[in-house]
Amino acid sequence: MTPADRRGALGVLSAAELRDSVANGEVSPRTAADASLDRASEVRAWRDGLNILLYEDHDDVHRQANEVAVRREGGDVGPLAGVPVIVKDNIATTALPTSCGSRILEGYVSPFDATVVRRLRDAGAIIVAKSNMDEFGMGSSTENSAFGPAKNPLAPTRVPGGSSGGSAASVAVGIARIALGSETGGSVRQPAAFCGVVGVKPTYGRVSRYGLVAFASSLDQVGVFGRSVDDAALGLQTIAGLDPLDSTSVAEPVAAYRGAARGSMSGVVIGRPKEYFPADLDPRIREKCDAALEALRSLGAEIRDVSLPHTDLAVQVYYIVAPAEASSNLARFDGVRYGLRIEGDGLRGMYEATRSSGFGPEVTRRILLGTYVLSAGYYDAYYRKAQQVRALIKRDFANVFKSGVHLLFTPTTPTPAFELGAKSDPYEMYLSDIFTCTANLAGVPAMSLPIGRVDGLPVGGQLMASHFEERQMFAAAFALERQLGAGAHQ
Amino acid sequence: MAVTLDDVWHIAALARLGLTDERARSLVAELNTILEHMDVLSKIDTTEIDGLAGGGASGLPLRPDIGPPIPLARERETFAPSMRDGFFLVPRLSTHEDPEAAS
Amino acid sequence: MVVGLEVHVQLETATKIFCRCSTNFGAPPNTNTCPVCLALPGALPVLNDHAVDLAIRAALALGCRVQTTSVFARKNYFYPDLPKGYQISQFDKPLATDGCLRIGTRADGSPIDIRITRVHMEEDAGKSIHDRFAGVTAVDLNRAGVPLIEIVSEPDLRGADEADAYLRTLKRILEFIAVSDVSMEKGSLRVDANISARRVGETTLGTKTEVKNMNSFSGVVRALEVEFARQCRVLDAGGRIEQQTMLWDANADEVRPARSKEGSHDYRYFPDPDLPPLVVPLDRIDRLQRDLPELPAARRERFRTDYPALTPYDIEVLTAGPAIGEYFEHVARQSGDPKTAANWVMGDVLATLKATDQAIEHFSVRPDALAELLTLVRDGVVSHTAAKQIFGIMVKAGGRPSQIAERERLLKVTDDAALVAWIDEVFAEHSAEAHRFVGGERRLQGVLVGHVMKKSNGSADPKRVNQLLGERVGT
Repeated sequence: MTPADRRGALGVLSAAELRDSVANGEVSPRTAADASLDRASEVRAWRDGLNILLYEDHDDVHRQANEVAVRREGGDVGPLAGVPVIVKDNIATTALPTSCGSRILEGYVSPFDATVVRRLRDAGAIIVAKSNMDEFGMGSSTENSAFGPAKNPLAPTRVPGGSSGGSAASVAVGIARIALGSETGGSVRQPAAFCGVVGVKPTYGRVSRYGLVAFASSLDQVGVFGRSVDDAALGLQTIAGLDPLDSTSVAEPVAAYRGAARGSMSGVVIGRPKEYFPADLDPRIREKCDAALEALRSLGAEIRDVSLPHTDLAVQVYYIVAPAEASSNLARFDGVRYGLRIEGDGLRGMYEATRSSGFGPEVTRRILLGTYVLSAGYYDAYYRKAQQVRALIKRDFANVFKSGVHLLFTPTTPTPAFELGAKSDPYEMYLSDIFTCTANLAGVPAMSLPIGRVDGLPVGGQLMASHFEERQMFAAAFALERQLGAGAHQ
Repeated sequence: MAVTLDDVWHIAALARLGLTDERARSLVAELNTILEHMDVLSKIDTTEIDGLAGGGASGLPLRPDIGPPIPLARERETFAPSMRDGFFLVPRLSTHEDPEAAS
Repeated sequence: MVVGLEVHVQLETATKIFCRCSTNFGAPPNTNTCPVCLALPGALPVLNDHAVDLAIRAALALGCRVQTTSVFARKNYFYPDLPKGYQISQFDKPLATDGCLRIGTRADGSPIDIRITRVHMEEDAGKSIHDRFAGVTAVDLNRAGVPLIEIVSEPDLRGADEADAYLRTLKRILEFIAVSDVSMEKGSLRVDANISARRVGETTLGTKTEVKNMNSFSGVVRALEVEFARQCRVLDAGGRIEQQTMLWDANADEVRPARSKEGSHDYRYFPDPDLPPLVVPLDRIDRLQRDLPELPAARRERFRTDYPALTPYDIEVLTAGPAIGEYFEHVARQSGDPKTAANWVMGDVLATLKATDQAIEHFSVRPDALAELLTLVRDGVVSHTAAKQIFGIMVKAGGRPSQIAERERLLKVTDDAALVAWIDEVFAEHSAEAHRFVGGERRLQGVLVGHVMKKSNGSADPKRVNQLLGERVGT
């Protein structure tokens, strides 16, 4: 079988199907891993050079595959055995560098694995590569990577979204069925929407942050990309759950997300929050959303108009809280114990030279903004105020979910993927998070799935649920995916 | 509240970020533009809110006072920029500079 | 002089406050480190349960109100031994507030009570060593993450001697409740002082300066005196005190301004998003309160009423540490003679401990053995002198006093024939003294008794020997 044939054969399999093929001996872990590596090479050779992956180690991939095979001999076949997975560059791995898309960590190889990585490995998954990202998660396009922008595989003059653009693109282009990304303001859902794949942000505290390089600690979560809803559900199922190494992870039991698949949506009330369908929303996106809601209605769901009144303050709140926490989280990058060090005039000079060379312009901007809003005289007016308004945003969700609504449905982004270099004004870029950052601020689970194309570009529809109600969210996603069928990519 | 050039130098110093004069000047405008958008928050009534927001609010979990520590898969020397005899080395501080004075 | 003290105390836990690294002292540099205390990208803090217990115990012993909810906050600044670029501490919602420490009484008998503003938990920083290698500073992060409590007093101290009393009292209490080994020499107790001056009768506070870098209680006293003198000089000359940080230089016996940038420091405190609020249920606080060992002040008072034979000085010595009091009480109760017990503990026991550099908890003479010895003396089975000998033997080799007395022939001899024989021998060996004694120099009687005791290896009954000697000269 040629690599292309092999890939073709494996590529149609979902992650679960691939795992089952590995389990029953039809496919070897080595074959599955090589198919992934081959695809990555093929994509890399494309004329446009998508730049979606940063680090690979083929020897290590083969070692992992071998380990899975040996375990299989002993009857130990994990839920992701032999399944290739891509991991975002800000999640700690001992086998590959973790550079967070930044020069300040260029070449840094973590001496410990993130909990999510350990759980994937324990499940038999094969970590194939680290993917490109906006530096330290700060961006919505993967243009802020110190190692060059990534491009959207469906339209290489456009962005794949960010900050987890590389992971989204990897799944879109078939290097893996499952990829890990991270969310702070929409960094999994937005690139999922731009690349035509499924992207899930779990409830805050659902998945361990130990090993996820912190951007904004009260917002960060590891998120999962899947080629299909089932892939994403399997991925999340594997990594979710309490971690004693993360004080913000929660003891809530992990429900069976894949088991949520069912046809009927009767009895389910889906809210359509008016603030996410403003008058100036792109009518083509609105049309796709309406079609998706109609699909859900046809399955028996009740669609109800609701309001989340403080939605229009979310971007402001987000862009105070996130940079503030980031300014503190990034203080550890000082050239003393790891990472880049550039000598300067004494200790102070070293700090300044290292950090000014190591951080890109967006990171610098956000650190300064964050430092400012925490500084004496401004803390109350900015940071404290923003956290208070955040509580109002959180209450909006609580009120709606208390009123008998089970889920919310909205567009994921106000536009499809934009052109590289199109958004030069930082605040304009920040506005791409407008529909996604509310879920991060409130801590509720949210996911994006493809609901159609506009000018050939993917459009994402977003589902949101109440805290720890991922199972209900997946149920609707499964149903919608099935109902839309091929229409999700048209 | 408008950010001045002095403010930018001050916060850059707090954050130990070296800036060129040119960059500092352009940041004045950038930060002001962003912060202008934030002014709307000041008009929101938040009198009944405590403001201790954040996701997992089930109280701080505690761990028992025992080891072993989390192991490192490779030695500190493999990632440290400068070590000698097991110490991390940095450019020398004046002996009378106490930590809080250096901020 | 108006003084407030900020005292940092290392808590005696096995592991660090936010990670499982060992806190043991003296390990090779950076060997007690892990991703968390090295601040590697992606590491997260998890709070040590025992550190919370110790902190609450300390707060309760200082009479504080322990908050059921407190919040950890980040104190942001850059320093090479502060790996995260922030210290996890507590800011506006500390663990405990509103305590009080009684440090003595005034001349008029009124108590000197120093209010304690707050007790909060935080992590220690690592160590920066500036003179080990030329031109560079060496950083050791073994200490980074060791749990600390910070105890902050109101500016209620009036004078360097009160500051000294405060520190001694504080140290004794913390030793009593076993939360720390509170040693300035070892660095498990550190002191920063805030000091201002005002004219007698003024009620407003003057501008304060902060004084740091004192390494001993006497250093604190001297630094305060020197800084107070400096402030007075400035004020007397009509000047104003600048609010600044001063560093104490013990060698030069002076304070010097720390080289710092203008103004106060902006730490940009905000609640640490990696740590939800610490919730301490009331029943946990109650249990810790109940399980508090008897505190020094309470024990002094109880000794005063339970053992009226003891002098205030006796009580002071016997309550200097928790273990010595326990030892004394065991001996006192078992022997039934508190005063004698006190004398032995304060005398022979403490002297031996000092000479052999032992701690009373591990002392080779256990309290029941000492109590048995005292009983033998009281019952007349051995003389006081013999007892001292028996004690010496027990120190070196252990054993029960009655067995040792028999074995070493130290049982008191009251048989006149034996005593007379010894007296005769002594008279023969010390004929000059004997002659003078018999000739009228009564005061030599004690000396001769001493010779008899020595000859009899301490077993002669000194009382009977005295009587026999008296008979020889007709008294």
